[in-house]
Amino acid sequence: MKYLTEYRDAEEVNKHINLIKKTVTKNWSIMEVCGGQTHALVKNGIIDMLPEEITMIHGPGCPVCVTPLHLIDKAVYLAQQDNMILCSYGDMLRVPGSEKSMLQAKAEGADVRILYSPLEALNIAKENPDKEVVFFAVGFETTAPANALSVIQAYNAGIKNYSILPSHVLVPPAIEAVLEDVDSHIDGFLAAGHVCTIMGNFEYYPLVEKYKVPIVVTGFEPLDIVQGILMVVKQLEQGKTEVENQYARIVKEEGNLQAQATIFEVFEVTDRLWRGMEIIPMSGYGVKEKYANFDATKKFNISIHEVEENEECIAGEIMKGIKKPGECLHFGKKCTPTFPLGAPMVSSEGVCAAYFHYSVLAM
Amino acid sequence: MPQLDFDIITLGHGGGGLLTNNLLDKAIFELFDNEKLQTRHDGAVLSFKNKVALSTDSFVISPIFFPGGNIGELAVNGTVNDVAMCGAQPKYISLALIIEEGLPVTELWDILVQVKATADKAGVLVVTGDTKVVESGKGDKIFINTTGIGEMHSKAEISTHNIKEGDKIIISGNVATHGIAIMSVRKGLEFETTIESDTCNLNHTIVELLDEFGTDIHLMRDPTRGGVASTFNEIARDIKMGINIHQSNIPIDSRVDSACEILGLDPLYVANEGIFIAFIEASKADDFVRKLNTLEYGSEAAIIGEVVNEHPAKVVLTSNIGGKRVVNMQVGEQLPRIC
Repeated sequence: MKYLTEYRDAEEVNKHINLIKKTVTKNWSIMEVCGGQTHALVKNGIIDMLPEEITMIHGPGCPVCVTPLHLIDKAVYLAQQDNMILCSYGDMLRVPGSEKSMLQAKAEGADVRILYSPLEALNIAKENPDKEVVFFAVGFETTAPANALSVIQAYNAGIKNYSILPSHVLVPPAIEAVLEDVDSHIDGFLAAGHVCTIMGNFEYYPLVEKYKVPIVVTGFEPLDIVQGILMVVKQLEQGKTEVENQYARIVKEEGNLQAQATIFEVFEVTDRLWRGMEIIPMSGYGVKEKYANFDATKKFNISIHEVEENEECIAGEIMKGIKKPGECLHFGKKCTPTFPLGAPMVSSEGVCAAYFHYSVLAM
Repeated sequence: MPQLDFDIITLGHGGGGLLTNNLLDKAIFELFDNEKLQTRHDGAVLSFKNKVALSTDSFVISPIFFPGGNIGELAVNGTVNDVAMCGAQPKYISLALIIEEGLPVTELWDILVQVKATADKAGVLVVTGDTKVVESGKGDKIFINTTGIGEMHSKAEISTHNIKEGDKIIISGNVATHGIAIMSVRKGLEFETTIESDTCNLNHTIVELLDEFGTDIHLMRDPTRGGVASTFNEIARDIKMGINIHQSNIPIDSRVDSACEILGLDPLYVANEGIFIAFIEASKADDFVRKLNTLEYGSEAAIIGEVVNEHPAKVVLTSNIGGKRVVNMQVGEQLPRIC
């Protein structure tokens, strides 16, 4: 696999690990923002290969984990309505709502379908004109273009039985929320390469300026990650704070302008509640007025009770990197992927799930 | 295909009356013709000289036709292989069909023909069976149960009790092929590929291995649902020893590897059909692989790990870059990821 196997080369990875060992002189805490990076760190056993001066802190970049309880409940509510087909990415299905997950709703007879693309949901809407089809539009900036495109295509084709349940979150405001939190002490960041593929790097310059932290846009393969860590460590050791791009083979400075245009045709930036955290200003996408008919929250009268989060789950502290999964009393005991207390134990990109599945810590 | 005076299966075909007999006469008894079946009794009377192994399995796969096979082929191979994994040579199978009304007769015929061809290749006879029809919506086109019985190989001593520290772990072929072939045609996840299921009968290969290696084969298992990761975890739990596996030695077709990458699936958890894993006396492992490489379905066989006294009941994988991680039992169904 071109552009993948080269970045899984054991010799190159070890060369970079040795360079990190030679460069580092002090203790540094580095946050990898994206859940995909957390997954790669743990799955490849990289954490144990790093020198002890480096502590990797796992960030909030798992869209499944930060989707608030009330949105899961809304999706479950919609799925249980007559003549409704609820479509979703696979890893949302097991996330616990206040009463049940979508997987449980499916087992009880709801028509819930796992898809890879919202455009497939649009096809289902065309094939089932007598049913309503809702796509649970979850994700960071990465999945926003395809979700927006499905709305534009439905609008242009006059498809009336398709809508999305918007649940988009944005990375830069989340990094800022972490930096503002007095309990989290992060020295440098690996920014999420896929998000930057869409949005470019420009949003990170003000953060670097204001908070004086290095931010390195980083990919997802083992070599990408150790290269990203080396770049952050070099900056920290030299007292620099810059935006750098490790993932230049994919990420362009300005991002993907066409994708951005598609996003902002349909979405506008709004305040957004993050599961386990709080409302972060200007940290999500809402559907613009022009496309209100395709916004499931406006199209349907969704009646759910507002419910408090499970107090036993410390997802907020986990997502901000204040605590690690092993520090949670319930990790691997009361909370497992089969019976999760919170979302980070569910999603394949969730920190707790990554540790549960792969880490020696879980032994 | 036989001349039948109906196009689809209806409830009456499972009712035991004329319609049932019409279907059985023309589609089953003629196709599977053999002495034991023709007695048309409620069961088959069998005789064996030695100990026998018995295994049963139900097949509910969707879709019923998939790249590289159909549910009929799977239903024979699955049970044949389970009997073979016990160290036995399968000889007879039963065939029970649960059909959802509305199934086109042409599809049923295609499935039955495949059952026959697969049974012939494996050298097993269909000696008894059952046909039931359920209302539309109460099934998923067709479910098949097969039970297989076979005589134990005289040299076979297959048991987790025989596994000891240092045993080498061998895999007979590429992982994850079957699961990815099925996923490529699942509604909503379809993608274009030339990957075909590797479903096959392993019994002839197993007999040759038992002939040569006998009691040096400590355990054999076919890692079907839950993939190799779940099978290794079950074994590690049972033997209360550790299992080490090496990612770089695990054979995988590059197209399957790419598909797993795109779908966000770990190939260690994807279902397999046409492969088995074997725990072998360390000093014989290289010979075993060399032999297996010359046998049917064994060309990709490799040593992928060993049994250790450390980390009892845990499976630890050394990643391609040299890092280590625990490989856990699969949780529920592997769900495709978001991005």
